[in-house]
Amino acid sequence: MDFDLTEEQQMTQKMVRDFAQSVIAPRAEEIDTSAAFPEDVFDELGKLGLMGIPFPEKYGGAGGDTITYTLAVEEIGRVCGSTGLSYAAAVSLGASPIFYFGTEQQKEKYLTPLAAGKKLGSFGLTEPDAGSDAGGTSTTAKLSGDSYIINGEKCFITNASYASTIIVTAVTGKDKKGKNIISAFIVPANTPGVTITSNYQKLGVRGSNTAAIVLEDVEIPADHLLGDPEKGFKQFLYTLDGGRISIAALSLGIAQASLDKALDYAKQRKQFGKLISSFQAIQFKLADMAMEIELARGMVRKAAWLKDHNRSFAKEAAFAKLFASETATRAANQAIQILGGYGYMQEYQVERYLRDAKLMEIGEGTSEIQRLVIARQLGC
Amino acid sequence: MNIYVLLKRTFDTEEKINIQQGKIDEDGAEFIINPYDEYAVEEAINQRDQHGGEVTVVTIGEEDSEKQLRTALAMGADKAVLINTEDDLEAGDQFTTARILEAYFEGKQPDLILAGNVAIDEASGQVGPRLAERLGMPYVTTITNLEIKGESADIERDVEGDVEKVQTSLPLLVTCQQGLNEPRYPSLPGIMKAKKKPLEELELDDLDLDEDDVEPKTKTIEVFLPPEKAAGRVLEGEVNDQVKELVSLLKTEAKVL
Ligand SMILES: Cc1cc2nc3c(=O)[nH]c(=O)nc-3n(C[C@H](O)[C@H](O)[C@H](O)COP(=O)(O)OP(=O)(O)OC[C@H]3O[C@@H](n4cnc5c(N)ncnc54)[C@H](O)[C@@H]3O)c2cc1C
Ligand SMILES: Cc1cc2nc3c(=O)[nH]c(=O)nc-3n(C[C@H](O)[C@H](O)[C@H](O)COP(=O)(O)OP(=O)(O)OC[C@H]3O[C@@H](n4cnc5c(N)ncnc54)[C@H](O)[C@@H]3O)c2cc1C
Repeated sequence: MDFDLTEEQQMTQKMVRDFAQSVIAPRAEEIDTSAAFPEDVFDELGKLGLMGIPFPEKYGGAGGDTITYTLAVEEIGRVCGSTGLSYAAAVSLGASPIFYFGTEQQKEKYLTPLAAGKKLGSFGLTEPDAGSDAGGTSTTAKLSGDSYIINGEKCFITNASYASTIIVTAVTGKDKKGKNIISAFIVPANTPGVTITSNYQKLGVRGSNTAAIVLEDVEIPADHLLGDPEKGFKQFLYTLDGGRISIAALSLGIAQASLDKALDYAKQRKQFGKLISSFQAIQFKLADMAMEIELARGMVRKAAWLKDHNRSFAKEAAFAKLFASETATRAANQAIQILGGYGYMQEYQVERYLRDAKLMEIGEGTSEIQRLVIARQLGC
Repeated sequence: MNIYVLLKRTFDTEEKINIQQGKIDEDGAEFIINPYDEYAVEEAINQRDQHGGEVTVVTIGEEDSEKQLRTALAMGADKAVLINTEDDLEAGDQFTTARILEAYFEGKQPDLILAGNVAIDEASGQVGPRLAERLGMPYVTTITNLEIKGESADIERDVEGDVEKVQTSLPLLVTCQQGLNEPRYPSLPGIMKAKKKPLEELELDDLDLDEDDVEPKTKTIEVFLPPEKAAGRVLEGEVNDQVKELVSLLKTEAKVL
């Protein structure tokens, strides 16, 4: 057993922490209130090589591992949930499927610009009538000569308004049992028939772009099919397993920020002539927060480690995502409580943490779906 | 160009510092590259990119200093040297450091040596100038701009907020001040490459030095934290009385008059 991070991992953690604290943190409040996607921050993340951490150098990546990637997500999430979500979605959902399942040509053409941070990718799975039940996809792709014609609608898609490519899932036929066969496609965002609108008013992660996509007779070359045509469903489940580790890491960042703020405040605020950190009621809250955060961190690291060692990690990723996201919500909620009336005010930031944290219990599989995934892994 | 950077691993003075038995408690402390040395690393990389050559980062420290050296390599330096004194020396001062560096540079042909203006831990600002004296090369401290043309160097230096322009020649030692440049973040590809770059580890023996040769010339008597800042006080009453009270406080309490 070795709980130490490698030198590269420590260096990455420190670099991202420095960058996040000095470049992103001062902008976090404005990113939230203006709900404007921080494109320039993503240019910088790209230049630092952060968009390509878990991808090999030959595709423009940094050749790092999943643990390194989770460290980066955590540090970004610690200062800005919006930036963290868009970052995690771009890497885990927009780019990773191409890396996992793409052909050599697809990787060269579509993964390289994403990994190098020159472009942004998106992942369009959710539909108005197919959320948790992603298998209920009603978007269709019909083969016609050398092309697929895609029709349908996607909703709540992160980064889509700024994406160059969108991975779209669609029904391509039925299997012998009459069940839908779902495949995945690489759809360049500028293909005629693709309409992307971003009109959502969100509770949190407000600066992360979220968009609806309408696909109307979108014609793409047949070679834009991603991976095994019959296994689109399995592929996106695998993609989501990986994505869950990053949402867990992001949750961890928000939870840590909540503890940092609450602890700092409790050690300065005096009531009844004493620091509130000397009251057991406050101490117990802080103790619970610190404990849950460390437990969540352990699980995130383990899930990432399993993935890095090519072991199965679906259950651990669900553990990590479920526990870390609920930890984040609790920690942010308690941070507000510890800050009292000040915590309720925007200036003290913790109210934003709570709004951002809540998404972590919904995106990439709700908490209920995580429990379902775990129960299935238990053989139920 | 043969460029060297003198780099020190220091604790982060922005973080909380604890003193235990007359020593800084290293367990809780965060360790970083001395911020002024970061300007030196950045400048060295820029000068190399302009004029060609190689950047070698040198530190005197312990095993753990490797981390800071790797960070400099990740920023873009080519080579690193760790002079590990952990087992040989109990204490050292600026004399020790300058003397070890002098031995290290023996037989080397540096064109440019960059150091930080001060190290934020002890803030003596002596190592650079003392080394230059020992190596018999010109030095310029607290520089904020450096233009090298052939053998000559045009330098701007910070003198208490004013700018002084100096012209000198290579080989040269400079110490770097805030404003010289904006140190880059090590990029991910840089971090991944850093491990493959050469990092040489030396001990006093390798430099033909004995402990006695580098024995510090100073003794640390006591280490203590600055007194905690008390809350500000607002004087009240008639303005005339307030002025009188202020003057008397400056005399009796602050003892500055
Ligand atoms: C900000 C944001 C960004 C997003 N980004 C993306 C993206 O980039 N790509 C993408 O494809 N999607 C994205 N999503 C969509 C997200 O993945 C879905 O919202 C999520 O999967 C839930 O689906 P739903 O909203 O349709 O809720 P529903 O599935 O309708 O769920 C409603 C409630 O029912 C519960 N429920 C559903 N089924 C069960 C069950 N079998 N047992 C018990 N309870 C159940 C759920 O847990 C939930 O509490 C994003 C969403 C948001 C809000
Ligand atoms: C929207 C809003 C409207 C408001 N309206 C009014 C109003 O109309 N009139 C008005 O007078 N005030 C008003 N308030 C102020 C409100 O009543 C206070 O914010 C509240 O009493 C908490 O005080 P505080 O914010 O100073 O927190 P603090 O008292 O500093 O509390 C910080 C934390 O320490 C805990 N704590 C404090 N003392 C102890 C202890 N002895 N043991 C254990 N835990 C302790 C608290 O429970 C809290 O978790 C309002 C506040 C808000 C946010």
